[in-house]
Amino acid sequence: MYYIFDGTYAGYICCVFEAFSRKEIDARPTRLDLIQTTLFFESRSIETHPERFQRVFQAMEKKIGHAGMKLFYQNFLADEEKAWLNGFQLLIKLFQSETLDLKNYGDPQILQFHQTIKKVNRERHRMKAFVRFMKDANELYTAIIEPDFNVLPLIIDFFRNRYADQPWLIYDIRRQYGYHYNLKEMQEVFSTAEMLTDESQSLQVSLDLKEEEYQILWKKYFKSTNIEQRKNLKLHIRHVPQRYWKYLTEKT
Amino acid sequence: MFDFGDKLQILADAAKYDVSCSSSGGKRKNIGGIGDSSSSGICHTYTEDGRCVSLLKILMTNYCIFDCAFCVSRKSNDVQRAAFSVKEVVELTMNFYRRNYIEGLFLSSGIFKSADYTMERLMLVVKKLRTEEKFHGYIHLKAIPGASEALLKEAGLYVDRMSVNLEIPTEEGLKLVAPEKDHQSVREPLQTIKTEIMALKEEKKTIKKVPLFVPAGQSTQMVIGATGESDLDIMGTANEFYKTYNLKRVYYSGYIPINPKDSLLPQVGTAPPLQRENRLYQTDWLLRFYGFSLHEILNTKHQNLELDMDPKLAWAIRNPQFFPIDINTASYQWIIRIPGVGRQSANKIVQARNFGKLREDQVKKMGIAFNRAKYFMSCADSVFGLGFLYPEQVKKALVKQPLIGEASNSSRLISEVDSYQLTLF
Repeated sequence: MYYIFDGTYAGYICCVFEAFSRKEIDARPTRLDLIQTTLFFESRSIETHPERFQRVFQAMEKKIGHAGMKLFYQNFLADEEKAWLNGFQLLIKLFQSETLDLKNYGDPQILQFHQTIKKVNRERHRMKAFVRFMKDANELYTAIIEPDFNVLPLIIDFFRNRYADQPWLIYDIRRQYGYHYNLKEMQEVFSTAEMLTDESQSLQVSLDLKEEEYQILWKKYFKSTNIEQRKNLKLHIRHVPQRYWKYLTEKT
Repeated sequence: MFDFGDKLQILADAAKYDVSCSSSGGKRKNIGGIGDSSSSGICHTYTEDGRCVSLLKILMTNYCIFDCAFCVSRKSNDVQRAAFSVKEVVELTMNFYRRNYIEGLFLSSGIFKSADYTMERLMLVVKKLRTEEKFHGYIHLKAIPGASEALLKEAGLYVDRMSVNLEIPTEEGLKLVAPEKDHQSVREPLQTIKTEIMALKEEKKTIKKVPLFVPAGQSTQMVIGATGESDLDIMGTANEFYKTYNLKRVYYSGYIPINPKDSLLPQVGTAPPLQRENRLYQTDWLLRFYGFSLHEILNTKHQNLELDMDPKLAWAIRNPQFFPIDINTASYQWIIRIPGVGRQSANKIVQARNFGKLREDQVKKMGIAFNRAKYFMSCADSVFGLGFLYPEQVKKALVKQPLIGEASNSSRLISEVDSYQLTLF
């Protein structure tokens, strides 16, 4: 039985609620666009009810506290059905049993859960590093990212604290949404998609006059700080996988 | 005449032999300005040699009154010279930082005019960054040996980390290649900063708010393979400096011959001893994080590290009496001594065994290097007695013997091993 939710964490949590109320604990949470065909499978659309996920949230907090809740959220952001299913089944177990200790690394499901979280956190750390802002004529610092997992929600606080005195926009081009900070508050944005995907031409035109100069300086610095005699491209690529290159100023 | 870009190239090129690029250990928060320091540090990119780029690492100038044989900026070298102005460094740092290229600045300098004159210029940069630009990102500053205590202490109020390089691991070696320098001149600034850090720590017990002073601590660097030190000499010096000056890090930098006319040092074109450098770092880690003491790994009978295996494995093979270690009963301190088991996996093992005895197939998945570890540990289902074979057999199974004709791929590594063996026999 597929449980089709709206892609939000609240919707995902509502799947747990639904599974218990309908006694369908073998359900598989998924998003509509990920399903190939519903012809041969039973499926159910899950509505996102604020009261329902609040109830599940409170129950989770009682059992595993804030630290444990954070883990389930990070697992959810892996943004893939396999991780969703594993987290979902662990939540079912959590509420069925007296205790579920997430430190039981000998349990394959719990180990997989932690391995997924580790991957998500590695991607989060990478995105803190690999974001490259371009300053445009309106003083807005813009960056495009394409992370493997949906880590944007995990990094925006970091950028808000660090770049508090400059307006910025970080846009996840794969998931078509971003966050804009205007020196006062942060806002989720969706509408700029066309502007950014349009071969960046509209961006080029409105760049800050000094932007290109600093990009060139950064490239020069990147080259000069390398020690030719120690060249080790294998190590280089392990640290900076090729799929990120197109958004890294120094690699373009 | 050259433009700003050329200048950046010259002064980045001259600074790159300082291997430290760490931005960790910072505690700075963004208070009404820009930037903070992430306590774990961030590598924003990696150069083609695989080294982390975290900080904008440049020299204020590569003009220098000294003539140290190992240094690319030595007085007698015919290289292009350049100098940044204070304003230029500040602007470059801010503009790189605002684009998220870097975590902050690593500023060093050749010595021009005098130690104090040089230190003062460095100080002006960091002061301007902190007070005028309200920059709270990471700053690593070189302390210039011979600079006045007052200048060092003032700079300490603005920076996160300070370092002074030992350069050559032994006093005798240093005298040989840099007659104008000695270890004492490195010890002095390290001592000044350490004393001040301790004093403020003491003050903090009674006064609520004391200023941040070099919060990420001090570090130093040694050049490896320029002069003839043994690994015991090197690690002995490192160990002593860690203890005496509470250093956060000692860096080991495989010597890259750069000065063609020097007969004292390895010739230009000689490959840097990267494998040896790696073994020294592994030893450094074993000493700081794995509870090993120096004499267990290096001593007068065993003065150099094996190049063909890591120091933990080498220690285990020399000490079969401790193995196999039962991962279901041994303490964490012993589990991390198993070759192939790191601190993270050891933690997982210790947590997970509370829920039942662990079997091989469970431990395998916890991120250990099982093929190495299997000889040194026993699990709930290990066949009794299979744990530890004769040390020589384990060594044979684990250490890949370089074959003749296989050299094309990893010729550098193998020739290094060969030359090492030659000195042995």
